[in-house]
Order: sequence, then C-alpha cells, then structure tokens
Amino acid sequence: MIGIVQAVSRFAITVFIIFISAIGFYRKVPVYEAFIEGAKEGLTTVVRILPYLTAMLTAIGVFRSSGAMELLIQLVSPLTELAGIPAELLPLAFMRPLSGSASIGILAEMLRTYGADSFIGRTASTMMGSTETTLYTAGIYLGSVGIKDTRYILAAGLFADFMGFAASVVVCSILFGS
Amino acid sequence: MINIIWLVLLAGGFIVAFFTGQTEQTTQAAFDSAKYAVELGLNLTGIYCLWLGLMRVAEKAGLIRVFSRKIAPLLRLLFPDLPSGSPAVGAMSMNIIANILGLGNAATPLGLKAMGELQKLNPDKRSPSDAMCLFLVINTASLQIIPTTVIALRSAAGSADPSEIVSSTLAATLCSLLSGVTAALILKRFYRRREGRI
Repeated sequence: MIGIVQAVSRFAITVFIIFISAIGFYRKVPVYEAFIEGAKEGLTTVVRILPYLTAMLTAIGVFRSSGAMELLIQLVSPLTELAGIPAELLPLAFMRPLSGSASIGILAEMLRTYGADSFIGRTASTMMGSTETTLYTAGIYLGSVGIKDTRYILAAGLFADFMGFAASVVVCSILFGS
Repeated sequence: MINIIWLVLLAGGFIVAFFTGQTEQTTQAAFDSAKYAVELGLNLTGIYCLWLGLMRVAEKAGLIRVFSRKIAPLLRLLFPDLPSGSPAVGAMSMNIIANILGLGNAATPLGLKAMGELQKLNPDKRSPSDAMCLFLVINTASLQIIPTTVIALRSAAGSADPSEIVSSTLAATLCSLLSGVTAALILKRFYRRREGRI
C-alpha cells in the first residue's frame, strides 16, 4: 500500500509533463512559444514574492536565533502534544490561513532549520500544500461582489484548515514514520 | 493582523535576545536570513519558470474547458438550488479545474466570474448565498494534483526526494475538503433556521 502511494508521488510529475506535452502537440499549440510566455511569468512571480520572503525569513530567523522560538515551543508543547501535533509546526499553522507569501517564507525557514526530509519538514510541506489562504481568498472573492458579511464561511473554512493540518500529521506519521 | 505577528516576531525576538545575551548572534541571524531569502528566490526561479511554462501550454491546449465539462454534473449535486444551465455552474467548474491543475493565475478570474454569476442569483445582495458560501469553502480547500510551490521549496532546501509529499498532500487536502463541505452543509441548515426566525 505504502509502496503504491510513494510510486504515485514519484510518477505524478512525469506523467503530468508527458500528458501536457502530448495534449499540446495534439491540439497544435505552438508549445515552445507558449512555454516561453509562461516561463516569463516565473520571473515576475519570484520578484513579487521576494519582499515577502525577506520580511518573513528575517523575522522568523531573529525569533528563532534569540531563543524566543524555543521558549514558545516549550510553552505550548504540553498542549499540542495532547493532540499529537509537534509544537514546531504551529507557526506555519497560524500563518497559513492568513497569508500565502508569508507562509512560503515560514515553510522555507522550517525546511532550512529542520531539514526538508525530516518528519517536521515533510509534515510542514504537506500542511502547506493541503490548504489555501482561507481568509485572503474569502476576502477577495466576497469583495469582488461587494459583500462584507461572511456568514459561516470562516467557520467552515477554518475548520477545513484545521482538519487538513490534523490529517497532515496523521498521514505523514503513517507514510514516513515519526 | 499580519502586521502584529511580524512585529511580535521581530521585536519580540530582539527583546528576548537582550535577556538571553544572544544579541550579537540574533543580529547576525537577521542579516543571514535576508541573504538566504535572495538565494532562495534565485533557486526558485528556475523551477517556477519551468512549471509556469508547462502550465501555459496546458492552458493553451484548452485543458480547463475539457475537464470542467466532466465535473459539472457533480457540482449540480452539490448546488441543487441553482437553476440548471446557469453560467455560474460552468464558471465554478472551470475555476475548480484550474485550481486542481495548479493554474492559479487562470483560476482567480474564473472564480471571480463565478462569484459575479452567483451574485445575480442571490436574493440578498449584501449577504452571501448558501451557494457562494459552499463555493468559497471548496475554493479554499486548495485541491491541487501537484503542489508545485512546495516541491520547489523542498528542492531548493536540498531534499533528496522533493516530490515525495504529493500523495500525503492529496490525502490531507481531501480530508480538509470533505470536512469543509460537511461543515458548510450543516451550518447552512443552522443559519437558515436562525435567519428565518429573525
């Protein structure tokens, strides 16, 4: 079972790339020109997120290096251990619903500190990919039609985020072992 | 909110550093981190270019339109209140497919179009309809086959197998999506009753 799951991870990208190239060829898309056009967007994307990356990496770097992060983790870990969640993951869990770019910065710092292939690194990666910036997206979409009332959107959305985070810890413990 | 968090991290860090006697290392960490941010940005650029290039090919091949037809019947089940043949269903399915494929830039305008169509059908223009609430909850669950940003970050951090989190992410996303939809469907009844009484 776990072997199949890992094979899916390994081949998903390969299959996806072959599939896109094949369908692009079949539909007579000028693939090279289209690729270049899209790749230009890669540059602007990086330029766009770089200020956020710098701001967040610096703030978290200071917070960790001063010993404040260690203090906070020790403070809340009795609580989070009850739920089986490593306290190290909390900064990402708090930032994820608020800001996509800022949580990219936090994840990058965690991968650098704990290692991308550590349990924390893998679980944080899964958490990052499993939910969206709920508050930001809801704000933009409702704002576009001039609605301020959110009714039960935030309750349902944040509940979904929480379940996604909990599932990330469980799934990663099963798949990668803690 | 984010202003406060950032300030607490930065100022709080320096205050703690003062008490733990780590002021020098902490200042050094600030400069190191800022430098690392730019290195990271450079590492990410290539992967972003590759992926967004491929995605543009997918977009031009009309992949969104092809797949959105397949999930429209499923959406009618989730949104029984919408009149059949409403352009809202088409826009919503295109938005969801664009998200699944990771075409973030294409997804947002489609999602805004879906919101516009849903607003036309909304009796109370100042409050989101149940269809809007459910659509937003589905939208924020981040269904995506390949979490490209995360893979890029892992690769930049020197992971031996950056894409190994694809299946775990998919499982966690599905759990988050199902929880969100269930919560929205339950809260819908609750809110209808409450708002009906007032």
